[in-house]
Amino acid sequence: MSLLRTATSFSGDCKKIDLPFGDGVVEELRAGDLVQLSGTMYTGRDQTHRRLCALLDEGCDLPVDLAGQLLYYVGPSPARPGRIIGAAGPTTSYRMDVYTPRLLELGLKATLGKGSRSMPVRQSMQEHGAVYLAAFGGAGAFLSQCVKEVRIVAFEDAGPEAMFCFEVQDFPAVMINDVFGGDFYEEIVARNDVAR
Amino acid sequence: MKTLANRAIIEAVRELAISAARDLEPDILDALVAARDRETSPLAENILEMLLLNADIASREMIPACQDTGICTIFVTLGQEVRLEGDLGEAIQEGVRQGYEEGYLRKSVCDPVTRQNTGTNVPAVVHVELEPGDQCRISFLPKGCGSENMSGLKMLSPSAGIPGALEYIVETVINAGSNPCPPLIIGVGIGGTFEKAAIMAKKSLLRPVGAPSARDDVSRLEEELLARINRQGRGVLGLGGCNTALAVHVETCPTHIASLPVAVNIQCHSHRHKEVVL
Repeated sequence: MSLLRTATSFSGDCKKIDLPFGDGVVEELRAGDLVQLSGTMYTGRDQTHRRLCALLDEGCDLPVDLAGQLLYYVGPSPARPGRIIGAAGPTTSYRMDVYTPRLLELGLKATLGKGSRSMPVRQSMQEHGAVYLAAFGGAGAFLSQCVKEVRIVAFEDAGPEAMFCFEVQDFPAVMINDVFGGDFYEEIVARNDVAR
Repeated sequence: MKTLANRAIIEAVRELAISAARDLEPDILDALVAARDRETSPLAENILEMLLLNADIASREMIPACQDTGICTIFVTLGQEVRLEGDLGEAIQEGVRQGYEEGYLRKSVCDPVTRQNTGTNVPAVVHVELEPGDQCRISFLPKGCGSENMSGLKMLSPSAGIPGALEYIVETVINAGSNPCPPLIIGVGIGGTFEKAAIMAKKSLLRPVGAPSARDDVSRLEEELLARINRQGRGVLGLGGCNTALAVHVETCPTHIASLPVAVNIQCHSHRHKEVVL
């Protein structure tokens, strides 16, 4: 892998993925793959998840159709004048675990955050043919350069917790959970390169 | 007697808030460079390079290094010969309010019951200590909660001893996995009381990264903890390699004969801390 000198020269050997996902694309991905994502992704964190599930409880439609989409766990910092966004790195994913299976049932194909997912989420991903990726935590300034357009989709009153739609280009990420049950964090623990 | 105007405190805190979010201090940048240079995993080395580039972009483009610009903990050491013109607590909160608004920082503080965002990133958590002299030192530690949430405190039995304390500390860090954004700085408080241990753990994060304890026996514990944590191979962002932690800082305080409090405050690699002396 070449050096990550800029947001657009992330790697020579990473897979380029267009969003939303075309047929059969997520099945090609394996735990440990480096990817660059381009296209449309939706965002949401704690409040957005709580509210999406509340809408489902009430039998209402969601503000967007999540089928085939990627949901990025992020609460960006505000944009300075003349910019479209502030820092936009991932938040920790486990807090969304209680909500995720319901969204996977609606056809959500991928989630993007940081940190491990619960076993029920992993099982649900396998059942519904979805994947989980990790973005680079704490690289919010760097990652903001991959975000080319931003619009608010829902829950504007939630401030940084609103649901946005991002147009991204070459947004770097690591595949953690593939549709076959692979988990890259577990692989790292099992092989422990340092102890060897 | 030195008089300190409220306005001076507000301005100082506002500037600390803005610069802390954007400009990482030399100690953490040096620690990241050293980590990159000793890294054994090519992926981790690349990510460390990205984090250094991220810090550079943040400074240059004047955007926060991390979108989680945190909840603020502020340690004030106030000289007893300083006469304050106004309300110190209110001045500090006003400085935070202004800094988060004017710096385009994310407001992440909410009511714990209603989860309603306060909209201002206040209140900050403020600890004031008195000391001789006529200076007012303000240490500013905004902290994201990816790492804060992985922290822990345990009231051990004295029979567990230091081996039990070390085991608890290592276990807390390793169980945190990739959630708190390693490579980490581990703040530890051993002894005192329930709250004293937690405050020591937090305050130890103000030390320059990797600066050892003044006590030889404690600095040996710090070295042992760092080695044990990094031997686990979790690595940068949990993606492997030898840099799970950059440093372990241990503070101690005498405790009750029946007690052995141990607090572990985990800090992410986006270690934002600033200090000013007025």
